[in-house]
Amino acid sequence: MIPREFEYHAPTTVADAIGLLHQLGEDAKLIAGGHSLLPMMKLRFAQPSHLVDLGRVPELKGIREEGGTIRIGAMTTEAELINSPLLQAKCPLLVEGAKLIADPQVRYKGTVGGDIAHGDPGNDHPALMIALRASFVLRSATGERVVAAENFFRGTYDTELRAGEILTEIRIPVPAIGTGACYAKLKRKVGDFATAAAAVTLRMQGNKVQEAAIALTNVGATPLKATAAEESLRGKALDDAAIAEAARLAMSICDPVQDQRGDVEYKTAMAGEMTQRAIRTAAARAAN
Amino acid sequence: MAAKQTVSFKLNGKPVDVVVEPRELLIHTLRERLAHTGPHIGCETSHCGACTVDLDRMSVKSCTVLTVQCQGADIVTIEGMEQGGALHALQEAFSEQHGLQCGYCTPGMVTRAYRLLQENPDPTEEEIRMGMSGNLCRCTGYQNIVKAVQAAALKLAAAREAPRKVAAPAPAREETPTPA
Repeated sequence: MIPREFEYHAPTTVADAIGLLHQLGEDAKLIAGGHSLLPMMKLRFAQPSHLVDLGRVPELKGIREEGGTIRIGAMTTEAELINSPLLQAKCPLLVEGAKLIADPQVRYKGTVGGDIAHGDPGNDHPALMIALRASFVLRSATGERVVAAENFFRGTYDTELRAGEILTEIRIPVPAIGTGACYAKLKRKVGDFATAAAAVTLRMQGNKVQEAAIALTNVGATPLKATAAEESLRGKALDDAAIAEAARLAMSICDPVQDQRGDVEYKTAMAGEMTQRAIRTAAARAAN
Repeated sequence: MAAKQTVSFKLNGKPVDVVVEPRELLIHTLRERLAHTGPHIGCETSHCGACTVDLDRMSVKSCTVLTVQCQGADIVTIEGMEQGGALHALQEAFSEQHGLQCGYCTPGMVTRAYRLLQENPDPTEEEIRMGMSGNLCRCTGYQNIVKAVQAAALKLAAAREAPRKVAAPAPAREETPTPA
C-alpha cells in the first residue's frame, strides 16, 4: 500500500501552484486534503509523477460573507465548515451535509474544494452545492472564470476543470431568511458513501412552495439536479401528493450503478425516499 | 527514484528530522524510522483508525498522510500521553473500565479520545459515539470504550477543579504534552 514514486511540491501561493501545473504538465496532480487521492495512489489507481500540495496556500482557506455571498476557500476543511458560526447561522445545510461526510479524522483533513473537484458522484458537496445554487471560481494563468455548480460536473471523475486550472473558491448566495433546507443521506455505516441522498432547499409562502431546489447524490455518473421535480413543486401546496410526485420525478432521472450498496431498483427507490424526507424536513424548517 | 527530502517536526515534544522519499506515509516513518510502534497499522485504507495520531491539534489517520506533508508539524502519539511516568487519565480509564480486549485499536482510540476531550471536555454519550466513529474495535462492542471516555472526562474535570480547592500544584496537562 505504498504509492508509486513521485516528486512533491508545496507552493505557498496560488500563482506558484498554477506555475507548477504549467511547468510540470499533465503528469502533475493537485492534492488537497488527500483523503480521496492518497488512497487511490496507494492502490495505484492514480500514479501522478508530480504532486502539487495546496495545503500550504493560506489564500485558499477561510469562510466569509461579502455582499450577500458566502465565500469559502477551496482548502477549507469539513471540520472548519462544521465549526463555522457563519455557516451555522446562514447556511446550516452545509453544516448538516459536512457532518455526514466520512468520519472525524477524515473531516479534519478533507476539504470542500477537494470533495468537489474530485468529481466523484458519491461525494456529498456536489449535490449540496447544486441545491444551494453555488458557483465555483476556477483560476488559471490567463485569469478567472466562474462556473455554476449545476454545470460543473460532466461525468465520473470528469469536471469542467481544465488543465492548469485550480478551483480556488466556492460562492454561495446567502439563502433568503426563512429558507428551509435538508440533506437526507442513506448510508450503511459511518464513513460510507451514500446509497442515495437528496439535498433540498425550499422557500414557502404559507403552505405553497415559492422556490425549490433538489439535487441527488450517488445515483448517476454525476450529481443530478432534479429539475422536473423542482418545477412540479413550484407554486403548489405541499401535500402528500405533491411530495410523492416530486419524488417520482426525481427517481425518473436516476441511473445508479449496482454495487454492494444495492441494485438499481433499490437505489432508485431510496433516492425517492430521501427526496421525500428532505422535502418534508426542509418544509418543517422553513418559515412560512 | 524521487529525491529524498529532509522533514523536521516535533514528535511528543521532541524535535526530530527524518530523510524520506515523498511517497513515504507518516505511519511508516513513525513505526520504522522513529521506533514509535504505538500507532498501529490496521487496514492501511483510512478506515479503521488504529494509526490515529494527533497532528497540529487534529486527529488524523497517519496511513493517509505523507511524511513530507508534516514539515514543521507538532505530532503526538500514544507514546506521548503519559507524563513523568504517570498514565494519562484516558489510559487509566481505559484500563479501569475494560475499554479494551485485544488492545490493537487502543492507541488509536486513546489518541482520538484525547483530541475529542480537548475540544469537548464534557461530551454526551452521543457526542462520544460520533466523535469516536472513525475508530473501529472488533472486540468490545464499544460500550466500555464509551464508558472509559466518560470516566476520563470526569477525571480530567476533577483534576482541573482540584488545584483550586486544595491549592496543590496544578497537574493540568499542557495542550502539547512533552515527554518526561
